[in-house]
Amino acid sequence: MRIIVCIKQVPDTADVRINPETNTLVREGVKSIINPFDMYAIEEAVRLKEKFGARTAVLTMGPPQAEAALREAISMGIDEAYLASDRAFAGSDTLATSYTLAKAIRKIGDFSMILCGKQASDGDTAQVGPGISTHLDIPQVTYVKKIEELKDNVLRVERMTEEGFEILECPLPCLLTVVKEINEPRLASLKGLMRAKSAKIELLTTQTTDLELDRLGLKGSPTQVVKIFSPERRKGGEIFNAPAQDCVDKLADYIHKNLLT
Amino acid sequence: MMDYLLTEQQLMIRDLCRQIAKEKIAPVAAEYDKTEEFPWPIVHAIAQADLFGVSIPEEYGGLGGGIMETCLATEELSKACGGITLCFAASYLGLDPILLFGTDEQKKKYLPDLASGKKLAAFAVTEPAAGSDASAIQTTAKKKGDHYVLNGLKHFITNGGEAETYVVIAMTDKSKGARGATAFVLEKGTKGFTFGKKEDKLGIRASSTRELIFTDCEVPKENILGREGMGFIVTMKTFDVSRPGVASQALGIAAGALEAATKYARERIQFEKPISSFQGIQWMLADMATQVEAARALIYATARMIDSGVKSVSKESAMAKLFASDVAMKVTTDAVQIFGGYGYIKEYPAEKYMRDAKITQIYEGTNQIQRNIIALELIREIAKG
Repeated sequence: MRIIVCIKQVPDTADVRINPETNTLVREGVKSIINPFDMYAIEEAVRLKEKFGARTAVLTMGPPQAEAALREAISMGIDEAYLASDRAFAGSDTLATSYTLAKAIRKIGDFSMILCGKQASDGDTAQVGPGISTHLDIPQVTYVKKIEELKDNVLRVERMTEEGFEILECPLPCLLTVVKEINEPRLASLKGLMRAKSAKIELLTTQTTDLELDRLGLKGSPTQVVKIFSPERRKGGEIFNAPAQDCVDKLADYIHKNLLT
Repeated sequence: MMDYLLTEQQLMIRDLCRQIAKEKIAPVAAEYDKTEEFPWPIVHAIAQADLFGVSIPEEYGGLGGGIMETCLATEELSKACGGITLCFAASYLGLDPILLFGTDEQKKKYLPDLASGKKLAAFAVTEPAAGSDASAIQTTAKKKGDHYVLNGLKHFITNGGEAETYVVIAMTDKSKGARGATAFVLEKGTKGFTFGKKEDKLGIRASSTRELIFTDCEVPKENILGREGMGFIVTMKTFDVSRPGVASQALGIAAGALEAATKYARERIQFEKPISSFQGIQWMLADMATQVEAARALIYATARMIDSGVKSVSKESAMAKLFASDVAMKVTTDAVQIFGGYGYIKEYPAEKYMRDAKITQIYEGTNQIQRNIIALELIREIAKG
């Protein structure tokens, strides 16, 4: 069994500042970390490895410095690491990203399971995981909070919903996106840190991977960012403090005057 | 901070322990101090990080470091909680005699599980009537064929009840005095080996301190460490290498208190200024920082001396323990003073540092015993000329 974890390097959200003039993220001097949701995917892969003896790999698409995120995943117990990095990937939206990652996964080879965090803390779209599964044409289960059982190539998982949870069965290979309820990510181990230091990171580029160039980067991204702005702060509501009937009258009056005209 | 020219692996150990201290230990330290529960989740996290193996040779499942590595780990973890860290450090105290005197077979049997943190170890010398005077040990081990039969009581045993592997000192021949003691390795669950009272302590409350009771407890002769009659040598040599560990615990506690006091001094406003702007407070902080750094330098120098293979280290080891623990008591008391009224209440961290510091002046040889060791060695060196 081989599990591939897709991760993203993001700015540390504990440290985010917005430039008030341009309304964009200030990236200078901000530490890069593994997307916090992806840490749960890494941990789950390592646990599956410990339980079933799976081989684990980690994959990211990003600039060369994303290598640090891959090494951190290795220090937690992941076996192999792949970096999809090429100037042609720059400016990818979620469609182009999931296409590129799906192709990278095909290049890596056999797999039984793809694990992703439910979403990235910078873009918050939650689209890349499902996008990858669509490109690979394999089943997906999103918002997984527990892997209950793996038997005869069928996975039984609990999936979070707004009302509670669903229990689903899904054949392998499949893609899961996981939520933070699934586990508590471990810290690195000393042996892991030593392995991470010398581990070979395999580079995947347009030269080494079978990719249609017009589906990559800005060119392959239909999403247009028209404007980025901080939403206006919502003003506090008005509280009517009076006997019930008076409140109803006041509320009706307010709606009539302010909202229906 | 002073640069101690640590190796890459030592820096890795320090940074990882710093992260564990901050993320795993600090948030729960006060709770374990209150409940006195054994901190198994933290022990497991320390084990998962491979830290129990830092100073065990690679052939027995460790990472091959020396005393310096144990000291670095103990110092960093103790900054967050000296009590929780003791569960780790006391396991090293328990396995040190096996490392020093065990046969290859004994090392293969016990060390891998201790290196992985699957099991904890403990060292049992102290008895109600045998504290500083270890020759007053009453626990006996009588030879009976291939076995020894142990009877007696050990108390104040750190990791007692929680550890799986115990090194126990018992008298095989009382008539020989100190030369009649022998070290045995015992496993939890051995028939006739049970646990008694758990102590309710002033500090290091997350660690377990318990009685061990031996009632006609049969131990095979293969479990002797070294030879019969070597029990005191085993004990003294073990303390020689473990005392820098206690010193590091004291150092960590002192450094943790210093950091907390410095942060507090910057935040606390009196007379419309942070109290850190007053020279009276600044001078206290400066003295505290200087003492902490001096303790660190002495401990690291001692640890490196031991790791370099020098045989006679009793004096230096005792000096490190004596100095660092006295520094810890002084610095934590001053930290309480800087916190003022808030230093005296449990909602703030200062009082716990002070309670945790006190034991480091007492155990693994009181500081009075350390002075005896230092003076004796000093006089011996001069007499030799």
